[in-house]
Amino acid sequence: MDLAFTKEEVAFREEVRAFFKDNVPPDTRRKMQEGRHLSKDEMVTWWRILNKKGWGVSHWPKEYGGTGWTSVQHYIFNEELQAYPAPQPLAFGVSMVGPVIYTFGNEAQKKQYLPRIANVDDWWCQGFSEPGSGSDLASLRTKAERKGDKWIINGQKTWTTLAQHADMIFCLCRTDPSAKKQMGISFIVFSMKSKGVTVRPIQTIDGGHEVNEVFFDNVEVPIENLIGEENKGWDYAKFLLGNERTGIARVGVSKERLRRIKELASKVESGGRPVIQDPTFREKLSACEIELKALELTQLRVVADEGKHGKGKPNPASSVLKIKGSEIQQTTTELLMEVIGPFAAPYDVHGDDGSNEAMDWTAQIAPSYFNNRKVSIYGGSNEIQRNIIAKAVLGL
Amino acid sequence: MDFDLSEEQRLLKESIDGLLTDSYDFEQRKKYMQEKGGWSKAVWSKLAEQGLLGLPFTEADGGFGAGGVETMIVMEALGKALVLEPYLATVVIGGGFLRHGGSAEQKAAHIPGIIDGSKTLAFAQLEKNSRYDLFDVTTTAKKKGAGWVIDGEKFVVLNGENADTLIVTARTKGERRDRNGIGVFLVPANAKGISKKGYPTQDGLHAADISFTSVEVGSDAAIGNPEDALPLIERVVDEARVALCAEAVGAMDESLKETVEYIKTRKQFGVAIGSFQSLQHRASDMFVAAEQARSMSMFATMAGDFEDAKERASAIAAAKVQIGKSLKFVGQQSIQLHGGIGMTMEAKIGHYFKRLTMIENTFGDTEYHLRRVADAGGLI
Repeated sequence: MDLAFTKEEVAFREEVRAFFKDNVPPDTRRKMQEGRHLSKDEMVTWWRILNKKGWGVSHWPKEYGGTGWTSVQHYIFNEELQAYPAPQPLAFGVSMVGPVIYTFGNEAQKKQYLPRIANVDDWWCQGFSEPGSGSDLASLRTKAERKGDKWIINGQKTWTTLAQHADMIFCLCRTDPSAKKQMGISFIVFSMKSKGVTVRPIQTIDGGHEVNEVFFDNVEVPIENLIGEENKGWDYAKFLLGNERTGIARVGVSKERLRRIKELASKVESGGRPVIQDPTFREKLSACEIELKALELTQLRVVADEGKHGKGKPNPASSVLKIKGSEIQQTTTELLMEVIGPFAAPYDVHGDDGSNEAMDWTAQIAPSYFNNRKVSIYGGSNEIQRNIIAKAVLGL
Repeated sequence: MDFDLSEEQRLLKESIDGLLTDSYDFEQRKKYMQEKGGWSKAVWSKLAEQGLLGLPFTEADGGFGAGGVETMIVMEALGKALVLEPYLATVVIGGGFLRHGGSAEQKAAHIPGIIDGSKTLAFAQLEKNSRYDLFDVTTTAKKKGAGWVIDGEKFVVLNGENADTLIVTARTKGERRDRNGIGVFLVPANAKGISKKGYPTQDGLHAADISFTSVEVGSDAAIGNPEDALPLIERVVDEARVALCAEAVGAMDESLKETVEYIKTRKQFGVAIGSFQSLQHRASDMFVAAEQARSMSMFATMAGDFEDAKERASAIAAAKVQIGKSLKFVGQQSIQLHGGIGMTMEAKIGHYFKRLTMIENTFGDTEYHLRRVADAGGLI
């Protein structure tokens, strides 16, 4: 057993840090520190810088533009990226549909889509959830009917993250209505610019616009846009969701937020002294840090295990990551709320236009707290995660 | 970055697990409790035969030169089997003082007896009002000729009734809570002026309250610097905390395993109660708590090698916090999921709960260590 990184790994961490320092646009970093939403341009600009460096799709196989890094290097890269902070690569393209395409797609599809995913020439979104199909995803009803050389798609998706920016969608559609639940689903990709696609924004409780409803009304999709085999979509979806086991803990994100909590708690006063000097607050903060340290170690155990024994059989500890990671992220936003106290209230209608300097440092704290309630819901709610542990790990 | 055991470490684990599987089931444990002193001399001899009592000592001292990971392996196994024998008191703590602070003569006088199983030790540290502060010492050691005279009272000394040698913290100068002026002394348990009141502890171990009245020891009794031994005490107690973390992880693992097994077989309303989602989620949360504890136990084990003493102390305190929270949850919920049977002495599960509970309150509870981490400015 050994906690330390190797000399090469330490050098790699330095290289990654230096690259972020020199290349992440400062305004992008500041907005992320303040918990603000980034514009499409800001995100794409950064991702293209990353892709130019060759780090845009780091975990893909080398032949498709990946880096060939070890699992520890991937871990270091992700942690440093989250902690800097800079936007992580667009998950829907890079972590989700990309691996499905290079694993199950045909040569033409790989050639057509993969380079464009890497350079974010296409912004992808995910068409999984439906109004009636959340945790019970396999009950989805959006259907794709084969008509000549086309799929005709009708139905509705929801919680479609950043669909307002999207060029492409990967979509689970029912292609065999007579088959049992999981069996009749196919994985189909198509352009969001297709006729019959309508995107309706959903405003979330933080006031932001991240998610959307997407409606399909007789959308015509070329037959070759099916990925893999017809009616095997559920397998690909499971593959996709199981693909990223460790990033979900978002330890780097929580570390960055703890840094910010300490920074603000040294400024804001309570009882005539900085909040950070309040023993009760300090203990709460330390408790959160200890939870995070434990999570970081749990994550390292999973990473080291994957590095040594491959990704085949998941380490049982990996199911801890989503539950604890989301709980800790939520705790950090609660602590930020506690730090600013009554200044959580003002709602910033001006946004980040510099017109209201007094609010710049507090304006996003309550929204970020509200927004972070999502992290224990998405990606398989924490209750679903507990079902998974009970069944897959404990055999209940 | 590596969390796997080496080949030798795996063999060690197999060997101690094997030994305890053979000689330490729940019924056997009950018998050992009835033996004189409350633990089994035969098991202790087996531990000695397998070299487990000599693990942490250098080869020059007759041991195996093993490190923290080996102690972690042993303590986890002891936790799983709810072992009563005084490994912590003798090998981890007693041995720790000798290894880190003992003179060549002290090592030669005491280590062979530890390794061959003929001698056990006890650490007489807790005082009536000291609670968890290691520097809060009123017991005095006054110079007399070349030696010392010790006066004071110590409480809940684990293995205090049975030990051959006591390791006693005593103040050689200064005021009650001064960090300076504390010494550590090796005192024969049968020395004149020692009186002991032994009793079983809640978890089935044994301890004693011990008073020292004009107990005279020689100049060779002091371990390390008799006027500045607090750093030594802190170091050894930190190692004891790390060992307790590992013991707790072993006990939690077994507690969770027993509980999951129980709810798979216990039927109500015509089905196994483990089919109910509320119980499944509880068990999942227990699993999460146990895994987080395991991570921090490993962290604390490896932190034992940290160069920076402050960093090491914070890491170990943090581990004790996590283990304290996890053991409380796993221990309590194990009882809850067992229902009525969990409340009985005859079910094993309650005994895990009791040992886990006592571990939390040994060498600093959750609140105490949380405050330490906070006062040190946090962990991250």
